[in-house]
Amino acid sequence: MGEIPNLLSIVIFLPLVGAILLLFIKNVRAIRWVALIFTVVDFFISLPLLINFDKTTAAFQFVEKYEWIGPLNINYYLGIDGISILFIFLTTFIGWMCVLVSWKAITFKVKEFMIALLVMQTAMLGVFCALDFVLFYLFWEAMLIPMYLIIGVWGGARRLYSAVKFFLYTLAGSVLLLVGMIALYYAAEGTFEIPLLMIHKYSFTFQIWCFIAFFIAFAIKVPMFPFHTWLPDAHVNAPTAGSVILAGILLKMGTYGLIRFSIPMFPDAAQYFAFPIIVLSLIAIVYGGLLALAQTDMKKLVAYSSVSHMGFVTIGLFLFNKNGIEGGILQMFNHGITTSALFVLIGLIYERTHTREIKNYGWVLKMMPWYAMFFFIFTLASLGFPSTNGFIGEILVLFGAYAVNQWFLLWLLVGIVIGAAYMLYMAERMLFGSNLSGTYEQFKGKITDINLREALVLVCLAIMVFLVGLQPMPFLDFMHESVQHLMNQVNGVDVVAATSLIAH
Amino acid sequence: MEPVISLLPVFAIAVSGVAAFFIMFTKKNPNLREFWSFAAAFIKLGLVIAITPTILAGNTMEYTLFTVLPGIELKFRVDALGLIFATTASFLWIIATVYSIGYMRSLNEHAQTRYFACFAVALFSAIGVAFSANLFTLYLFYEILSIMTYPLVAHNEDKAAFDGARKYLVYLVATAKVFLLGAVVMTYMVSGTLDFVPGGILNAEMGSGLVILIYILFILGLAKNGIMPLHNWLPSAMVAPTPVSGLLHAVAVVKVGVFSVVRVMLDTVGIDTMAALGVGLPTVYFVSVTIIAASIIALTKDDLKARLAYSTVSQLSYIVLGMALLTPKGLTGAMMHIPNHAVSKITLFFCAGSIYVSAHLKKISLIGGISKKMPWTAAAFTIGSFSMIGVPAFAGFTSKWYMAVGAVEQGYDVALYVLLASTVLNAAYFLPVVFTMYFGTPPEGQNYDDVKERPMVVAPIVVTAILTVVIGIFPDYFIGLAERMVWR
Repeated sequence: MGEIPNLLSIVIFLPLVGAILLLFIKNVRAIRWVALIFTVVDFFISLPLLINFDKTTAAFQFVEKYEWIGPLNINYYLGIDGISILFIFLTTFIGWMCVLVSWKAITFKVKEFMIALLVMQTAMLGVFCALDFVLFYLFWEAMLIPMYLIIGVWGGARRLYSAVKFFLYTLAGSVLLLVGMIALYYAAEGTFEIPLLMIHKYSFTFQIWCFIAFFIAFAIKVPMFPFHTWLPDAHVNAPTAGSVILAGILLKMGTYGLIRFSIPMFPDAAQYFAFPIIVLSLIAIVYGGLLALAQTDMKKLVAYSSVSHMGFVTIGLFLFNKNGIEGGILQMFNHGITTSALFVLIGLIYERTHTREIKNYGWVLKMMPWYAMFFFIFTLASLGFPSTNGFIGEILVLFGAYAVNQWFLLWLLVGIVIGAAYMLYMAERMLFGSNLSGTYEQFKGKITDINLREALVLVCLAIMVFLVGLQPMPFLDFMHESVQHLMNQVNGVDVVAATSLIAH
Repeated sequence: MEPVISLLPVFAIAVSGVAAFFIMFTKKNPNLREFWSFAAAFIKLGLVIAITPTILAGNTMEYTLFTVLPGIELKFRVDALGLIFATTASFLWIIATVYSIGYMRSLNEHAQTRYFACFAVALFSAIGVAFSANLFTLYLFYEILSIMTYPLVAHNEDKAAFDGARKYLVYLVATAKVFLLGAVVMTYMVSGTLDFVPGGILNAEMGSGLVILIYILFILGLAKNGIMPLHNWLPSAMVAPTPVSGLLHAVAVVKVGVFSVVRVMLDTVGIDTMAALGVGLPTVYFVSVTIIAASIIALTKDDLKARLAYSTVSQLSYIVLGMALLTPKGLTGAMMHIPNHAVSKITLFFCAGSIYVSAHLKKISLIGGISKKMPWTAAAFTIGSFSMIGVPAFAGFTSKWYMAVGAVEQGYDVALYVLLASTVLNAAYFLPVVFTMYFGTPPEGQNYDDVKERPMVVAPIVVTAILTVVIGIFPDYFIGLAERMVWR
């Protein structure tokens, strides 16, 4: 399959090779360029995955399998399906942008920073590709350390507090994940292979307990209400690239885990817990939105908006119908694009003014018209304006929700209005400004509009916004079969034999 | 007859969107910048005229840009109803552009580039709504219009402007997100399509309670129609410069609201379904409250623009009332009222602006006897007022007549009484203004020595005033188009 053997491994480990190479480079400029080149190349070599992907099957593709730790039946086992492929793309797409937005923002220990970024990249790609649970867990834990460093070393005022909080929350989840993984190993008679674990039938009690363990682990990562409190701290103190990775990719790990493990492996428990999870999602949507509405710090505002937006993802997934799940997955992708863009924008203006208080702005349209235009585009995308990506994701979830329960629709619509409220309120105060604060005089003439490097990142993100918004079908086509397969698993339709899960 | 597949509607919509870019890039050269507005306005009208023969021949013109999701397309279709609105809006854009230039330059306003660019985008979305072939396309342009007119309402950038604009946005976006989006989702879920189909896509068998709920959500969600209790954004939006109030809040924005209601009643819910569900009479009662209450509020307003705003609220509900009569005459009257009210109300707003430009006066009590210095403005205002009242031979008469006949046909006596009562109220709040302008005296210590009418401002007013009379005397064109929609 595919022209290039071991393509997945190459995509995953190329950034790590770059990181090792960086160890031997002293020149700061060269370090930046090498990091950029490696991430850009990684992006381009991940494109054949999209092109050669077979959309007609739910089976795992580009599979690589080598024995690793024989006695424990642990393998080096990679593969992707219609769900993970979008996130491979998202990760490599965001990867080079993280390097670009850190170009000038990171002024000390550049080498260490870029190494952390590249290691992070490898770990994230690994998580999305791993088909062996131990390998998955390895990549999962490997993400923790570079992220801890990115926040803790290059972060803002309360960086250590936030980094430790982030670390502890995630670690707590990881421990539960580890326990669940070992339980599964024994329950499934000694295998860590995810496709095998998926088709194994577990007793209901076992499903319930394992589901709870997995759910908490992933819910922290999402983060779902009430596990969300680490997120605003982490975002506010992370450097721009850190926030972008956090919002763009890391949060998706949680929902990806739910799709990859919780729902297919424990379908009965998933059905059993669906209603409480939907309720939690609805709370997250409205509560996160209200919190966002109350923020005066723009980074915090966007951080809380993530809680609300990820609520759309989790509710979509647990509606267990085609529109809901596809909408949820697409919304994961959309949130990765839009929220990353918003964090990039916030980072750009913070570099210039060193303030994130919304009340200090109001002059942005006057002084930075191009910046204002991009800010406006991504604001609209975030609030689900028709023709942007957010609209497609939201409306699919709305369709799905309505099919299950009309009242969900009402609640979601309320959430959408709150979403429009906090985003437009921020845009109004930032761009137009009802009270032209003293900062206008302070910054007048000293603030430059976005430069080419920054524009490149924003243009690429904006293209994705409208591409998904106007032509979502190519994106949805990737996931149709996998989503259908997932629904069959949940709804108890006979699951195809284990072998057919692996394409030959 | 097979619809004609043509890109003309797309071009007619796009031309003002493209013009917005040219306007933004020529901010250094105001004359060139204004040229783009003119060029786009004339091209737009030209394209609309080019579409007209096809529609008059009884055909429709359509074009599908692309499919977004199965059953959800970005698609345009021109039929008689769309043509009524597009002709009105694109013609008045030319007039409003002349007027805007005169107004903005006379007052030496700031941020004129932003103003003209947003104006062009507003027209882009208004025609987009007019030519929408399905609810998704309509929703898209409806939302663009809400967002892109915000800078126009907030134009003055003082506290009042920002407060008004915020209220404007909150009302329009919140209703569109909760009610309209909800209605769209529910329509799609029960019928599997969002297309506008003559006769509607909903029927009582889908569950009468559900369809009635969707219908109510549409009426509330399209809050640009100014029906109480969601009308409050309209008076607040009067902080905008007068050309904005004139074109947008008498023509483009509010008409997009009622146009969408008309469209939904005809092609989504369907007149027969409305009759089967018995929602006609309740709707009549509901909008009657708006018609009467808004007129009474208008009586109390001394600010000329505020009075006109409440008059607009009242008149918009006429259109919904006419539709709710569910008879051919009622529907015809409702659709005709779109252009009739547009030309009359834009005249009135432009007069208010003219007085402001020349004399910097906004209150009715302060303009006693101003007709001596501003004869053209006063005359035009009188014509506009007569049309609003429904004096025969002025535009407002024909549509009101049709609606009254429709009310009798259907046997909805209440609608007839409301029309009559509101005619009296219209007279009660418009005639005193006319009287004051001609026969009043200025308040003590005030004189009009320096007051002089501006040609660039007055010329458009004269044109719209003449037009008010012309389509009052020769209403056949719009009657023909409206009847084409009724007898499909």
